[in-house]
This record gives sequence, C-alpha cells and structure tokens, in this order.
Amino acid sequence: MSEKTKGKKGKISFTIDNQKVEAEKGWTVLDTARHYGIHIPTLCYHEAVKPSGACRLCVVEARQGNWSKVVISCMYPPAEGIEISTNSDRVRNVRRWILEMLLAECPASREIQALAAEYGVTGTRFKVEDPEEQCMLCGLCVRVCEEVVGVRAISFGSRGVHKHVATPYMIPNTACIACGSCVTVCPTGAMQARFDKIRGDVSQRTGHGFAH
Amino acid sequence: MKNQTKDIDSILETYPSEPRYLISLLQDVQAEYNYISEENMNLICDHVGIPITQAWSVATFYSSFSLEPRGEHEVKICLGTACHLKGGQRLVDNLSRDLGIEPGKTTPDLKITLDTVHCLGACALAPVAVVDENYHANVTSKKLNKIIKTLSEE
Amino acid sequence: MAQVSVAEKTKDRLGSAEALEDYRQHLISEKDPNRPRVIVCHGTGCRANGSPKVAEALKNALKAAKLSAAVVPEIKATGCPGFCSRGPLVIMEPSGIFYQHVKPEDAEEIVKTTLVEGKPVERLLYKDPKTGEAIAHQDEIPFYKHQQKVVMRHIGHIDPTDIEDCIAAGGYTALAKALTTMKPEEVVAEVDASGLRGRGGAGFPTGRKWMTAIKAAQRKKEPIYVVVNGDEGDPGAFMDCALMEGDPHALLEGLIIGAYAMGAHQGFLYVRTEYPLAIKHLNIAMAEARGLGLLGDNILGTGFSFDAQINRGAGAFVCGESTALFTSIEGRAGEPRPKYVRSAEEGLWGKPTVLNNVETWCNIPLIIENGAEWYSNLGVPHSTGTKVFSLVGKVNNVGLVEIPMGMPLGDLIENIGGGVPGQETFKAVQTGGPSGGCIPHFLADTPVDYDSLTKAGSMMGSGGMIVMDDKDCVVDVARYFLRFLEEESCGKCLPCRLGLKSMLQFLDAFASGQGKVEDIAELESLARAVQDGSLCALGGSAPNPVLTTLRYFREEYEEHIRNQRCPAGVCKELISYRIDPEACTGCGTCARSCPQQCITGEKKKPHVIDQTRCIRCGMCMESCKFNAVIVE
Repeated sequence: MSEKTKGKKGKISFTIDNQKVEAEKGWTVLDTARHYGIHIPTLCYHEAVKPSGACRLCVVEARQGNWSKVVISCMYPPAEGIEISTNSDRVRNVRRWILEMLLAECPASREIQALAAEYGVTGTRFKVEDPEEQCMLCGLCVRVCEEVVGVRAISFGSRGVHKHVATPYMIPNTACIACGSCVTVCPTGAMQARFDKIRGDVSQRTGHGFAH
Repeated sequence: MKNQTKDIDSILETYPSEPRYLISLLQDVQAEYNYISEENMNLICDHVGIPITQAWSVATFYSSFSLEPRGEHEVKICLGTACHLKGGQRLVDNLSRDLGIEPGKTTPDLKITLDTVHCLGACALAPVAVVDENYHANVTSKKLNKIIKTLSEE
Repeated sequence: MAQVSVAEKTKDRLGSAEALEDYRQHLISEKDPNRPRVIVCHGTGCRANGSPKVAEALKNALKAAKLSAAVVPEIKATGCPGFCSRGPLVIMEPSGIFYQHVKPEDAEEIVKTTLVEGKPVERLLYKDPKTGEAIAHQDEIPFYKHQQKVVMRHIGHIDPTDIEDCIAAGGYTALAKALTTMKPEEVVAEVDASGLRGRGGAGFPTGRKWMTAIKAAQRKKEPIYVVVNGDEGDPGAFMDCALMEGDPHALLEGLIIGAYAMGAHQGFLYVRTEYPLAIKHLNIAMAEARGLGLLGDNILGTGFSFDAQINRGAGAFVCGESTALFTSIEGRAGEPRPKYVRSAEEGLWGKPTVLNNVETWCNIPLIIENGAEWYSNLGVPHSTGTKVFSLVGKVNNVGLVEIPMGMPLGDLIENIGGGVPGQETFKAVQTGGPSGGCIPHFLADTPVDYDSLTKAGSMMGSGGMIVMDDKDCVVDVARYFLRFLEEESCGKCLPCRLGLKSMLQFLDAFASGQGKVEDIAELESLARAVQDGSLCALGGSAPNPVLTTLRYFREEYEEHIRNQRCPAGVCKELISYRIDPEACTGCGTCARSCPQQCITGEKKKPHVIDQTRCIRCGMCMESCKFNAVIVE
C-alpha cells in the first residue's frame, strides 16, 4: 500500500456518510462499515468466501477532491481521507434499478421481495421469464463448494442471460458430498429447490470433482 | 466434415499437463472432431488436472465450442456493424426460417449448421457470409438459398 | 504446422547487431530496385473477393509471355493496402500504377500492356467519381493522398510471410538500436516522451502503464508479463487484423523492445480465433524470428532472452477486456474482475502485466527508430502520432485508412472516404464500437483525437468508423449494439446481465411503436445505473450508443414513439413494403420469391402485396429488377 493509505499505527482514516471511521490494514469499506454498525445491503457477500462483486447492491460513492466514482464496498480498499457515501443519488439509482430488475428475474423469492420493499421498490415493469425462479446467480453456492468444501461439484454454465448454476451436463454429479453448504449460503430458496438435481446417488459419491 | 486423422492421445500430447492449456486443448479437439464429446472432455480434464466442472463451464462459456455434433457444412453469416447496416439481420432471419432452425443450431439431418459471427474483417464486401471457409461477398437471400441447395444435394 | 524455418533455409542465428546489419545490406544488394514488382493484395478482404486467383492468372500469363529473365517481375502477395472497396487490388512497383477490381481475365492484358509495353490499362484505373478522370498513380488518388502511412508503411509492399523482405525494408533496426545502444530506462523514457496513448480504445498513456508495472515488479520482486491484445472484437473494426496479417514482424519487434524495456521474458499474443490468417502469419513470423535469433534465447547475442506464445480467443468479445483476457489465458471462463488494483500491478496469475493493443505495440519500433520528438510532432498534443481507422458503412471508399490525429471528422469522410453514395452527406458517424456513440453531421468539424471525441459524447475506441446515412435508423443501431453486448455479456454482474436485457425491452418497445415518451427519461435513468453499477467496461460503456443517440437524435426516437413511424425505413414493425404500380412490369418475380405467397397480380399488370400477411422479409425487393418495391 502507498504511503498515503497509512494513517496512525497503519490504520486508515476516512469518512462514511460524514462519520469519521478507521479501518485496519486490509479492511474493505464494507468491513469498516459493519464494524461501525453502518448498514449497507448485500446479496452475494458472505464471510465464508471471497467476494466476487456480482450483485453490485453494496455500491457506495467514493469521493476525493473533485473526483468521484461508484464502487462496490465489499471489495473497495479505502484510501486515507476518502469520503464514502452510502446513500447518494447515484447509489440510490443503481440500487433501485437492480432491485426492480431482480423482482422480474426472481419473482418467487420472498427474500428479494422483502429487500426491494425496504428500498421502496414494490413492482416491476420488466418481463418475467419464469415465475418460479429464485436464483439470481450470486455465485455463493459455486464459491463455497470450491473454496470451503473443495469438491467443486457445481459451476456456472453458458454466459450472459443464459448463464445458470448447474452440474456438468445437467446430470447429478457424484462429486457432490451432499454437505448442504450451498443451501446454507444461498440468500434465497433457489438452491433448496434444485438441490436434488445436483447431488447424485449418495452411495456413489466420490468426494472429489475429478472425472473418474 | 473431414476424416478423423488424429486420435485424441496425439492431441493431448501436444500440451503440457497444466490447467492453463484447457482452452487450447478444447480448440484442437473442436477443430478435429467438429464438437467436444463427453468422453474427450473427461480425457482433457485428466490430462490437465482439473475437475469436470471447470471444463464444462469453459466449454459452455465460449461460442467456439460445441458440445453437440455440428453439421457437415457450416454457414456463418456476418452480423458486424457494416453487414448489419447492409441488411445482414434479414439474411439471418430468412435463412433461419427456410432451414427451420435458430442460429447456433444444426438441421436434424446434421447437414447444415447456421451461425452468426460478428465481424470477419471483410467489411468492404458487406454483407458477407462464410460457408465452410469459403467467403461470399455481397450475399443476398437468393444467393444463400442457391448455396444451401447445392450443399444439401451433395 | 510445418513451415520451413528460415534457419533451415539460410544461415546461423544473427549473433549481433552488426550481423543483422550485414545481413540487411546483403539482402538489399540482392534486390534490384528497378526490377518491377506486381503487388497483389492477399488480405482477408481481397482474398474473399478472389485475389489468389488473380495472382495465379498473372503468374500463368507471365509464363506464357516468355519474358527475358532480366525483366520478369516478381509477383508479391502482400497484406492490405487499404482500399478494400476497390479490390481485388493490383499495384505495380516501382511505378505506382494502381489497378482496381482486377479479375483473373485481366491478367493477360496487364502483362501485355503494362509489363511489356509499359502503358497503363485504362479501364482498370481508378476514376474520379465526379470528373470521370482516370488517376494512374496510387499516391495521387485522393483516398491515399490525404493519408499518412506510418504504422502501416510496410503493408502492401512486403510479403508478410518472408522475414527477409521485412528485414530488407528495415525491420528489426529499432530492436537492434534499443538492445545495443539504449538502457531499458531510456527506452521507457522515449516511449513516455512520445505521448503514445493506447490504441485499443481507452487511450491510456503507454509509458505510464509501463512504469507502473516496473515499479510494482520491483516492489513485489515478481516478473512482468507482456501481452498483446489481438482480440479486436468491435464489429466493423479490422485494423489489427490487417496489421497482424500484413506486418507481423512490426508487432513482434515492438513487443520484444517493450519486453526489454520492462525486463520481461515471457509474452503472450491473444488473437481472436476469427482471424485465422493473422494467426497463421504470426506463427510463421515467430518461427522465422526464432530461427534468426531475433526471438528466444540471447537475442542478437546481447544476453537478453524473451519468447512468446499465441493464445487463440474462443469466441467471446468480453475477452478483449484486460482481466477477462487474462483469465482466458489462464484457461478459465472469461469473467472480468473488479479492477481496484491495476493489472499493471496484479494481472496474469496475479503478476504485474502490461497489456497493450496490437497497434500500440506496432508504434514502438517507430518511436525508437525516429525518436520521441519526431513522433510527438505527428498528430496533435495529447493525441500524438497517427491512428488507423476502418472506414465502413455508407461511404464510397470503404477500407483501412491511417491519418494523423486531429483531422476533422468531415474531412476524413469527404476527402478520404469520398463522401456518401447517393446522398449529399452523412447522417452520423459511429465511432468506438459498442462502447462509443454516434457523432451527427452538424459536428463534422470535430477533430478526430481522443479528447475531442470523448467531449462529443463518443470515444476513439479501437478505430471503427461506421458511416450512416438517411436510410440508417439510430434506434435500430442502438438496439443492434445492445443486442450484441447482451449476447457477449459474461453474465456475472446484475447491472449488465439484467440491465442490457431491460434496456432492450425499452428499445424494442420504441422500435415497434409502443412505449411512451415518458419512457425515454426512465431509459436514461436505467442507463446511468448500468454505467455506474457494472463490474467492467462492457456493461459500463454499453449505454453509450443509447445515450448519444438520445442526445443528438431525440426527435427520431420520438417519431417512433409518438407517430409509430421509422423515418429511415428500417424498423420492421413500423414499415411496410409496397409495389409502385408505375414501375412494376408485372413480371411476377417477386411473387415467386415471396415465402408467404402474399403477392398477387396478373402477368404484365402491376402486382400487389397483401399487407396482412407480409412479414417484411425483403425478398421481393431483393429480386425485383425494376426497383418497383418501395419501403415506407
């Protein structure tokens, strides 16, 4: 880290919503906010795994001098003297559109409906493809299976609007050890609903993600 | 479709056993066999030392790879900006309707795969189509239909 | 692939800069500058138009003519001289006589009239579209006269598959100079002083990027990787294609010089798989360079070692983005990651990595050979040097052009592009690909440089310049780019994966005459959310075409929404095809070509289209020889 990020005793002093805060070395803006009890909404963030920056719901606006940028707090390293706003116009704009689009993407998820309502988004004008869908492709299930459990039984298939969480060839994967970690970290009921499609015959489980 | 001249082992031997060669291997297998079979996918995974989930994820992410056999003939219609302005989309719509398949798919008799591609670098000849590595300049729906007819009769 | 390497053909590796220079002089002395050369363009465009058959016909005609050995010209297959809409191109050297639209049947006449009798073949010459006057020499043709070939100076003159041709033309002079007379810091300083900015799109100062990597590498004690971004994904852009096909050694030379400057020993060339000829030529070039000791261990006997490998793209536009490109080289799906730490510090496998565009690397040998001062005098301050553009779309002269930065956009379109066919002038020029915007005609005096284009709401981008006329609809173009990006999105982040789909929902409604005028403000608000919230520049810049067309062509959007009319006659749901009874001869061709069988009429009497069954496929218009089918 450059000289300007080191404050007293290696801590970084900056502000969140005009409140003076101090971050330990290596903390992100989100880490700092949580330490001080400042609420920033998240969906794809979980302490058990590395952040991926997929949902963008934790956006904040970072300002220094005449420069400002919208960044995600779960990965952004604060610099000395930076001003963070969790509720600026730009931040609120990003949040409300993401939530409205999520209501169309995951219409069956009560968690997303509740979160959206918290921010005043109660309906969506966008087309609903699957009224039963709850998965928002946050990737927590994939990450926990890879980073924590280590079997790598699931991954993303395809890309863009066709992206989905699945086992290879969409058949149950014998690598899955049915530990249920993916269900635990899933922010909605999506993984619960498709769990049976993932774990293979438990008596055949191999416990590792290799082909044989 | 060419005759299979290389077997999978000789393709695998071309690359060291490291995960970073996954894409190169998939490309060579795709080029040789016209698609990537589940068996070959597993062999590649064994060779480079990665779980099947990673290979499957990569194979479905990139448009070059097909997990299903492609047709004997590949018809690619360019939808780069210049070709679009010269009516490329209409060519795709018409051919798709005539063949009865969506772009990216193969006819049931496995004769023809229809694809779109974004910019082949021959913009002066827009609209452009490539049929089995043969470039066709200033194509019209009529010209394409003629080409398809010739291919189907082979 | 089995290519006869130069090492097999010729001598040992060149062990010093002097050896290279001796070799160069030897090659030059072997060539008779007065011996005529017949250049036949073998770039992808001309190949697609049959140029290899033209070359074959010329070879046969020469053989049949039985000329004496002293005057038999050399037929050279070169890269793209740029005038693509006039291909296949045949250019005589050293006379400079320029032939366009050459067919194999013309070969005999060219040999007889030009090579034997020394006269030009009139009908194959370029004609001024206004005066009809024939212009025989390449540098007098307006398309070429106003250009400044710097980075492309060798293309169209050398055989890209023959390193000897390249060396004779001066290739690798700059490398020898850098390795033997300059310290690495001096090379970096020269590049920095030149003002070179990245030619891939963002225009980041190249010298500064190199310095960031060097500092990071020193601090972390890690190696630097140098990478070439040859994933030219912008549809309508093929500059890097021509550079890689036509002068691969310029790219290699620039990469090796950069590696020396940064202390890098490993390089990667990421080339999109849709450019097979470029990949082939690069493979040949690298094998030849290794054979001569210009690449690999102990380059030119200086002790500096560097080698590189080619990584082919696999059909993903997003892999043109630096972090996605790196994950692709690492063998994974091309998903970008947030760039809060620069790639120059943490790139490929977490190590300091310098990624530069093909054209950027190609500029390096020039800067070293001629000096930063010379380079910075080209172009304008803050946008020094030249830029290669692909001029395509509704313009008379479609092709690749190289101009000094700062030329007014209108001059480029009129003087070099030859104006818009059939119309007085252009409606808009789309620059910057899917990340850019449309510049309307009333801003025709905008200088073509990084900052001016950004100020106008667009951006330089990689160099694609799409000229649009009155028959092109801005709503359709905005929709086209959004659909393209939706297909290419990696899908990781919500603002892009869902945002592009949602923006398209608005645009689809506009293009079909639905939607309300109030929706425009909503679309703009969503667009800003996508700009601010996206993880990478694909999503972040996706709203640009929409936002710029709204800025400059709002009335056109409103016409679609309020009056359900597409003024350009493009949006399918808003147009109808009609047969002009005055022009129709009743031949019935249209009726036979109609897939819906909805055209009726008696023989020799005007035909009529049943609007209720017409699907606007355009087959009737295509097949009518009397231009009787009109769109309204």
